[in-house]
Amino acid sequence: MTTPNPAHIEYVTRLGDNALILGQRMSEWCGYAPVLEEDMALANMSLDLIGQARMLLTRVGQLEGKGRDEDQLAFLRTEMLYRNLTLCELPNADFGRTMVRNFLFASFQVLMWERLLASSDTELAAIAAKSIKEARYHAQHAGDWVVRLGDGTSESHERTQAALDYLWPYTAEFFAATPSDEAVAAAGIGPAWSELEAAWEAVVVPVLNEATLTVPARTPFKSYGKFGRHSEHLGHLLSEMQYLQRTYPGAQW
Amino acid sequence: MYTQALDVPQQNPDKGPRAVENPEYQAEFDAKIDAGGYIEAKDWMPEAYRKTLVRQISQHAHSEIVGMLPEGNWITRAPTLKRKAILLAKVQDEGGHGLYLYAAAETLGVSRDELLEALHTGRAKYSSIFNYPTLTWADIGVIGWLVDGAAIMNQIPLCKCSYGPYARAMVRICKEESFHQRQGYDLLLAMMKGTQEQREMVQDAVNRWWWPSIMMFGPHDKDSPNSAQSSRWGIKRISNDDLRQKFVDATVEQAKVLGVTMPDPELKWNAERGHHDFGAIDWDEFWNVVNGHGQGNVDRLAARVKAWEDGAWVREAALEHERKRAAREHQAA
Repeated sequence: MTTPNPAHIEYVTRLGDNALILGQRMSEWCGYAPVLEEDMALANMSLDLIGQARMLLTRVGQLEGKGRDEDQLAFLRTEMLYRNLTLCELPNADFGRTMVRNFLFASFQVLMWERLLASSDTELAAIAAKSIKEARYHAQHAGDWVVRLGDGTSESHERTQAALDYLWPYTAEFFAATPSDEAVAAAGIGPAWSELEAAWEAVVVPVLNEATLTVPARTPFKSYGKFGRHSEHLGHLLSEMQYLQRTYPGAQW
Repeated sequence: MYTQALDVPQQNPDKGPRAVENPEYQAEFDAKIDAGGYIEAKDWMPEAYRKTLVRQISQHAHSEIVGMLPEGNWITRAPTLKRKAILLAKVQDEGGHGLYLYAAAETLGVSRDELLEALHTGRAKYSSIFNYPTLTWADIGVIGWLVDGAAIMNQIPLCKCSYGPYARAMVRICKEESFHQRQGYDLLLAMMKGTQEQREMVQDAVNRWWWPSIMMFGPHDKDSPNSAQSSRWGIKRISNDDLRQKFVDATVEQAKVLGVTMPDPELKWNAERGHHDFGAIDWDEFWNVVNGHGQGNVDRLAARVKAWEDGAWVREAALEHERKRAAREHQAA
């Protein structure tokens, strides 16, 4: 085994944590969606994301070579060691905000997986090949809802615009540079985050326009979840998710 | 999942099959039932047969969607990612069962919205088993093992019930349920191999779920008001007590392998009968839970109603968007 490359580990950790935390959030919908079909769709997308997280965190464990498996990484890290985007950990709020978030994030994920198909990390490339189909479906599903809700009733328009206004500032974090970006790009592991910004806007903005929504202006607000500085929400999410592993240390389930 | 659906009297019970509505059609219908054939949606059927099916299938569908709640209670706290994925997939399957069953009920001329309205206003029942709380992770395993196990015993005969759309939905549901049962049992096996605390958690869950599971087969045959007519119609193929006995006999052996005991001192093998004897069922508790005299019922229904009401603006928006889109298309044409 070669010496672990911290930049590589951090990069894959970010991908895995995004999938895990958004998957966990989406699973909260199960049984509470506006129609039965959406209960099933949201559970299905949550399953996809948790499946991606399992593969990615397993890969992180291999890369670091300390013998940690997916569960040790998911259940025994504290919030400062999580590297997910802040957007993924925000509460679901209503169905509108859930769909706007899914659309913004899945559109980002599609672009990322496309680039990762050619990753020099062949394991990561294989994960991308499987995950890209899922992400495309998520983006399509959520995009359809954003259009329906944005261009639906006046209430749904207002709610969806409010959701977009709330979430939009967090999307700047998608593209914020990290100190390891250069090393990762140079090693052919994956794109620097900032490389995806223009393509993402080109995909997202036309759908928001079709939904008759106003794209908010960029503000100076910055969020730092991917650097390990999170919102107040992640601690609560983890204390719920990690409860059994923390209460019964070392137990097998 | 499913329970005693058919045996739960409605607020306004049907008086049984009405006088023959059309003697010629009735004779054809009877002949088909007697020959073990299927009645299809387009076929003539007696009104009471139709009503009985709507009641049973919709109670079954409601049970599936209310049943998502007690298990959903543990999705966010599942102890490993693999177990989380298994549980999510299981609860998603239950939503799917709800969908097939509402679709089967719709073939009988009722809409899903009407059926949901009956659930939300308390007119329609769902399986009382879902009013019990899920208190520990072991409950998720025990529900799979005992509750799904009892459901399968109840449901396998329905795969051959006389109404085609229901029978076909049940074939698919039974396959998925037996998968769920194995997963539940596997979860418990893992916990029983674990620490003392984990084993105690499993035993405690068995203690709480055993009697409610036994009650899922409904009242004793002598007290089961709808059974005779349903047997005649080929909707019910095996009696409540026979199914219950079969379930007890099968489960006692599985409990031994697992290393848990059932909370019934009278449970023992009776060589003469070739079956296990078991203690008397507390029917007061059963009827209390069935009739909704419990806070569990209040909470479950409130959760369903809240989800439905919170989603109203989304459903309205989808309809309005569709209307706008159609209008634009019309204008463009």
